[in-house]
Amino acid sequence: MSGLIYTRYELLRTLRNRRFFILSLGFPLILFFLVAGPNRNVHDYNKTGISLPLYYMIGYASFGTMSAMLSCGGRIAAERAVGWNRQLRISPLSVRSYFRAKVLTAYMMALLSLAALYIAGTSLGVSLAASEWLKMTGLILVGLIPFAALGILLGHMLTPDSIGPAMGGGISLLALLGGAFFPLGSHGFLPNLAQFIPSYWLVQASHVVAVGGHAWPLKGWIVMAVWTIILARLAARAYRRDTGRV
Amino acid sequence: MRGIDVRITAGETVALLGPNGAGKSTTIDMLLGLLPPDAGTVSVFGRPPAQAVAEGAVGAMLQTGALIRDLSVRELVTMMASLYPTPLDVGEVLELTGASGFADQRTQKLSGGQTQRVRSAVALVSNPELLVLDEPTSAMDVEGRRAFWTTMREFAARGKTVLFATHYLEEADAYADRAVLMAHGKIVADGPTNEIKAMVGTRTIRATLPGSDQDALTDLPGVSGVERRGETATLSCTDSDAAIRALLAAYPDARDIEIVAAGLEQAFLELTGDDEQALSPGASATARSTRGAER
Repeated sequence: MSGLIYTRYELLRTLRNRRFFILSLGFPLILFFLVAGPNRNVHDYNKTGISLPLYYMIGYASFGTMSAMLSCGGRIAAERAVGWNRQLRISPLSVRSYFRAKVLTAYMMALLSLAALYIAGTSLGVSLAASEWLKMTGLILVGLIPFAALGILLGHMLTPDSIGPAMGGGISLLALLGGAFFPLGSHGFLPNLAQFIPSYWLVQASHVVAVGGHAWPLKGWIVMAVWTIILARLAARAYRRDTGRV
Repeated sequence: MRGIDVRITAGETVALLGPNGAGKSTTIDMLLGLLPPDAGTVSVFGRPPAQAVAEGAVGAMLQTGALIRDLSVRELVTMMASLYPTPLDVGEVLELTGASGFADQRTQKLSGGQTQRVRSAVALVSNPELLVLDEPTSAMDVEGRRAFWTTMREFAARGKTVLFATHYLEEADAYADRAVLMAHGKIVADGPTNEIKAMVGTRTIRATLPGSDQDALTDLPGVSGVERRGETATLSCTDSDAAIRALLAAYPDARDIEIVAAGLEQAFLELTGDDEQALSPGASATARSTRGAER
């Protein structure tokens, strides 16, 4: 597969980028220890049924992994700005392989961010059965699909200058509304709104181990699917408009 | 673009020559499938551009563009080489393009000249049947330019087809077998470079000639055209040396004499202006726009 070596170098490039480590690793790790460190013995956090370290492990993992996924948009915008996307379009690299490499790289980065927070969480006493770790990880990886599409969409709409602030603000808002920074409770306007936002369900992945053990009800799957379809459509349209391809 | 029709045979080195805004880059973008034609078809090796590109038969160095960051020069060229079915050896290409001296540097730390070398390495490593270069030397110094063309000559000597756009007549003359002249989105001439050079490489003699006669001036040796305004005559010359000798012999009182080389731009104006049909054997007035390199 010709895209393999290409993807490898794409990954290498991302690993050499300092911004990734700050946004996807450094920032969530520091916040996690600041928030969860002093409260490591809170076992039923705000009646969520799970411990505080677990809640924030996944909360900040949502932030880190969302950043990792959206950063593929930053790389697309940068490639467009220097005209590299044109160089690629006159190579045998297919559009499909191009996006596959971008999304795969983003997922690798997300996994790195996730692993770092799992280790941090374990160090503060988060302890789960292997099957629960796996189920939770699976839900997060599925929950990141709409963010891959969002990254591609933003990469084709914005310039490298504007994408940084847009992503920083966007991710923070999505994380906040999703409950990554504090539990939203179960009544009122905010939790009702949050249920229609994909980041909410990302944060909800931690409820795998809550009483009842069900993380995503049908509603969660539907919200994720609808967002994925809408964002993927918009991303495809932005790509076509950008390249003049029909 | 106003309907152009060019056929390029495999193994040829062809210059697409024209002033800025002539439509050279547009033509190249269509040839590479970056831009769909409004009407007509483009074919490369008898196939649609997208297919030829997907098969790795076409490689190009575009007019503008920088490099992506966070890779060394060698890594970047290797990355691009991996996309093509029969790439050249990366080390050999870096050597050939004079980039081996800084092969381990990160791309964001290169100078402008080094960046150009890497861009030509990226184009060459794909080892295409047809190599397209869009004003490749516009950002190079004299030495870089010479080195670049030496490299491209070696590449063409392997039986490859090279098509390059330029607005330097000298460049087309020195490195191409054939030149296609473009102006205002049309082809105004197409032929061997020495013919094209003779066609556009004219000089103009301007002088004040009291009592001169249009027909007599036209009959002077080396003169191809005459334009008069009052006592001032402007002679377009194919051989200005012969023309000036004859002119001074016939008109000893000629004064304010100027001999200037017609710039490419001016030559194009002449070609596109009054004498288009006679001078444009390759131009097609129809709405067809079939371009392509064909075996």
